[in-house]
Amino acid sequence: MDTAALQETPLHDVHAALGARMIDFGGWHMPVQYGPILDEVRTVRNACGLFDLGHMGRFHITGPDAIKLVDKVATNFCAKIPVGAIRYALFCLENGNPIDDVLLYREEQDVFIVVNAGNLERDLAHLQKHAEGMDCEVIDQSRELDMLALQGQHSEAILQRLVEDCDLSELKYYRYTWGTLCGIPNVRISRTGYTGEDGFEVYIPPSSSKVVWENLLVQGADLGLKPIGLGARDTLRLEAGMALYGHEIDDNHNPIEAGLSFGIRFAEEKGDWLGREALLAVKADPKKQLIGITTDGKRVPRQGHKLFRGDTEVGYVVSGSVSPTIETNIGTAYVTLGNEEVGTELELDINGKRQACVVAPQPFYSRTRK
Amino acid sequence: MRPDDRKYTKAHEWVLLDGDVALFGITDFAVEELCNGNEGDLVYCDLPEEGRTLEAGETFGEIESVKAVADLNAPIGGVVLETNEAIEEHLEILSTDPFKKGWMVKIKPNNKNLDGLLTAGEYEAYVAEKAH
Repeated sequence: MDTAALQETPLHDVHAALGARMIDFGGWHMPVQYGPILDEVRTVRNACGLFDLGHMGRFHITGPDAIKLVDKVATNFCAKIPVGAIRYALFCLENGNPIDDVLLYREEQDVFIVVNAGNLERDLAHLQKHAEGMDCEVIDQSRELDMLALQGQHSEAILQRLVEDCDLSELKYYRYTWGTLCGIPNVRISRTGYTGEDGFEVYIPPSSSKVVWENLLVQGADLGLKPIGLGARDTLRLEAGMALYGHEIDDNHNPIEAGLSFGIRFAEEKGDWLGREALLAVKADPKKQLIGITTDGKRVPRQGHKLFRGDTEVGYVVSGSVSPTIETNIGTAYVTLGNEEVGTELELDINGKRQACVVAPQPFYSRTRK
Repeated sequence: MRPDDRKYTKAHEWVLLDGDVALFGITDFAVEELCNGNEGDLVYCDLPEEGRTLEAGETFGEIESVKAVADLNAPIGGVVLETNEAIEEHLEILSTDPFKKGWMVKIKPNNKNLDGLLTAGEYEAYVAEKAH
């Protein structure tokens, strides 16, 4: 692999020293695993994991029209998000298909947005284009603000050991606050994540990344905290029923059929926005639906595998993984309507060989569902 | 140093001539790439039917880890005589002993010329370069 052209996060050398296996992820040289991927999944489910998310994009939209801009380009209703709250949204084109999915952090006047690494340049150009004529500025803070995630049931206890002046037990899910972390003042701390576990994401100056990373690992050691790579992150999000751009959604897959309506607001007061008309049409007459599948067979469903019901091709896989949490192989797939009912028996076509699978309830895993 | 009694491909397969038959397998480097030294990360290995005729370079099977699938390609052509069924149930053999117990396919080669393939020394150099 030619790694010279890849970007590196402030923690790149730390991963190398930990013996991580590094891969190209969205143009970044990132740790895919430090040890066995399935063990890393279990660590997050049973204890706690630390993730380097330095590759993700972080934008600050500032100015009197910041919220107006976001309500034009994003699917959620930014003006209605309470200050201090966070919402999932997508940036769609006129055709209703997304160029990215994002988190919106609502401030008094401004909006802070976290985007996917691989879509950063396109998102930035898109936002800047639609900001023309508006009284706001789109600032890419990705290089001046690093990002770590702490995920798992011990996250609050571990992070609190390093956070002064704010009580994390009072921070609710999908809310953010400001605190002093490892002596660094005014750190944005959000109760968010991409694993299905309780957890936090923190935004720190890159010059402090190593100090915070190492302090967290030391402070969390007694509670089982370990560094976790992107391989486990993908399995964790899939188990938790969370979409990944490039799989469940992309230039050709709209968020309605992907089951992401919770991030879309058609309310008249939001005004018109990019993709609204197209998505209303999809909502009125969807053609396919994203489903979960489980399979007892040995093969793991992979993006691109076709799905059959008898002799009829009814869909295709978009994500797949071994799931150590529910102890079977899992995947997500699109099927034409009429094949989406839980319990429907389908077959995977893996290079001409058939393997039985069944439509499973989503999400595969929920920490609150017993 | 990897065994020098056999030849290697740039796709990390090996071939060992033994009288009238030849064995195929994959190298420790291939296994490492797939599972990073964690044998539990290997989930599946698909080997060909006995009697199948393989052309040199033809894909005869697949090996799958938690996060990746790799094709298995025939270093030389021939007819499949036997496959190593122990692998399908005990994928860890590929991690612990890829060059002996981890053989995958036994073939009757249609030609015993291995000139186009890498020697152990050449393969070492190729892998060392890739690791940088």
